[in-house]
Amino acid sequence: MHPAYSVIFFTTASGAGYGLLFLLGIFNAIGCLPESRWFGLAGLGIALALITAGLLSSTFHLGHPERAWRAFSQWRTSWLSREGVAAVLTYVPAGLFGIGWVFLEQTQGIWAVLGLLASLGAVVTVYCTGMIYASLKAIPAWHRKLVAPLYLVLGMATGGVLLNALLFLFVNFLPSGIILTITALVTGLILKQQYWQSIDSTPAESTVETATGLGAGVKVLDPPHTSTNYLQSEMGYKVARKHAEKLRNIAMATLFALPMVLGVIILLVPSLGVALGVMSVASAGLGIVVERWLFFAEAKHVVALYYGE
Amino acid sequence: MTALPASTEKKLGLVIDLDICVGCHACAVNCKEWNTGGYHAPLTDKTPYGPEATGVWFNRIHSFETKDAFGSRTVYFPKSCLHCEDAPCVTVCPTGASYKRGEDGIVMVDEDMCIGCKLCSWSCPYGAREFDDDVGVMKKCTLCVDRIYNDNLPEGDRVPACVATCPASARHFGDFADPESEVSKMTAERGGYDLMPEQDTQPANKYLPPRPRNAATSSADSNSKLDDVDPEGGFLGWVDRLLSA
Repeated sequence: MHPAYSVIFFTTASGAGYGLLFLLGIFNAIGCLPESRWFGLAGLGIALALITAGLLSSTFHLGHPERAWRAFSQWRTSWLSREGVAAVLTYVPAGLFGIGWVFLEQTQGIWAVLGLLASLGAVVTVYCTGMIYASLKAIPAWHRKLVAPLYLVLGMATGGVLLNALLFLFVNFLPSGIILTITALVTGLILKQQYWQSIDSTPAESTVETATGLGAGVKVLDPPHTSTNYLQSEMGYKVARKHAEKLRNIAMATLFALPMVLGVIILLVPSLGVALGVMSVASAGLGIVVERWLFFAEAKHVVALYYGE
Repeated sequence: MTALPASTEKKLGLVIDLDICVGCHACAVNCKEWNTGGYHAPLTDKTPYGPEATGVWFNRIHSFETKDAFGSRTVYFPKSCLHCEDAPCVTVCPTGASYKRGEDGIVMVDEDMCIGCKLCSWSCPYGAREFDDDVGVMKKCTLCVDRIYNDNLPEGDRVPACVATCPASARHFGDFADPESEVSKMTAERGGYDLMPEQDTQPANKYLPPRPRNAATSSADSNSKLDDVDPEGGFLGWVDRLLSA
């Protein structure tokens, strides 16, 4: 599938933003976050800025961005519509949670409940994002049970990396935050390995034989047109499949391995927290973009069978 | 609404006879000609006379090579929207622009509601939908909804443009919900089949397989018959003997 930059930015930025929002709501309710309004402003500000920038960028690849509001109407059947509705609804508790924390300096009681509601909204929204892809049967690499959980775990892992860096910048060491992030990174690594193994080893259900019904040994003779058409450029993207192995290693090293190692070092030597925390953000940021780019570019649409691919 | 109708009164669609299609592309050309002035007008072309001509087409003619006991054989394979009963392109649409008509099962796009997110084209296993990046909306075969119900046309012309123009009668239009219709009978007689049945889309359109070849019709056999041609005398006889050696 053609990896549109706006969609890659959207899913990675809003994934990390929702991950951060989720963790802020949960950790605040448990009562282990600094009460400082400046920390609240930085944490919720970055989370909502990432979410908003992502959502806006996702409208850039639309043919008619001015009609985007129509996408809230079909939540009964469409995961894309559900994602839009969940994203907008999440702003309500997240915004109130932010007002309480930053302007009123209130983070407990009803404000903690609002934070938890924002966490719930974040989970629902990211789950919907994952299901947009997981529901597409015509793209076998996406139509898998692992896809939606991966979106959730990777959102939490990248949000966790952000949260830890922020906490260190505000001179506060939260070991449980680091441990949770390392756990999310390990879970993400295991799920992603299983995902790659499953897309490499599952034989495709649809083949050129089922696509044409012309029996064993059928092969494409001529394309229907003299030059590349929309279907080939949108669904038959080949660059990543060529470099898949290297890109997977880059994603594993930068998204999972390095932030994990840095997390362990931080636990042992908290004084290095600021520098290593910021390094983790940079590394995971690069890694999640590579991972997401591969997720799109490695996936082959079954229509490619009609074009001999 | 992007919910699919529980059932449709009619199931309009096409039968495409792969035994007959000669790959002339007339159906694709007439489709383009009609539809570039029809419901989805225009079907944008980019650099139509340049080296990388691209554009929106609702109907594309693939060609495949198959093997049987008599050697290889070319099969021309027209493909347009199959107007699926369980159309994934309809339910993924976030705006309601994609819909399936309850009265006849035709799958349509309302261009005025389409935001151009392309998700419907991703969900279609057959590549039936094509994005018009000039207009910013998704376009697709309407089964020539503006011909088949068009009272201004003579009755015989009230069929999709691809069916009307096919010089070999490889394409047929009708109602699959009616077991007595021509298309239903043809499908039953010739073993009409669905493309990618494992995708569970339940397409309306059916494909009729190429008829099996036999010794009398295979080209390999008709070549071997030439072995028995008697050598002629004179110059041609000399050439024949020379080439047969």
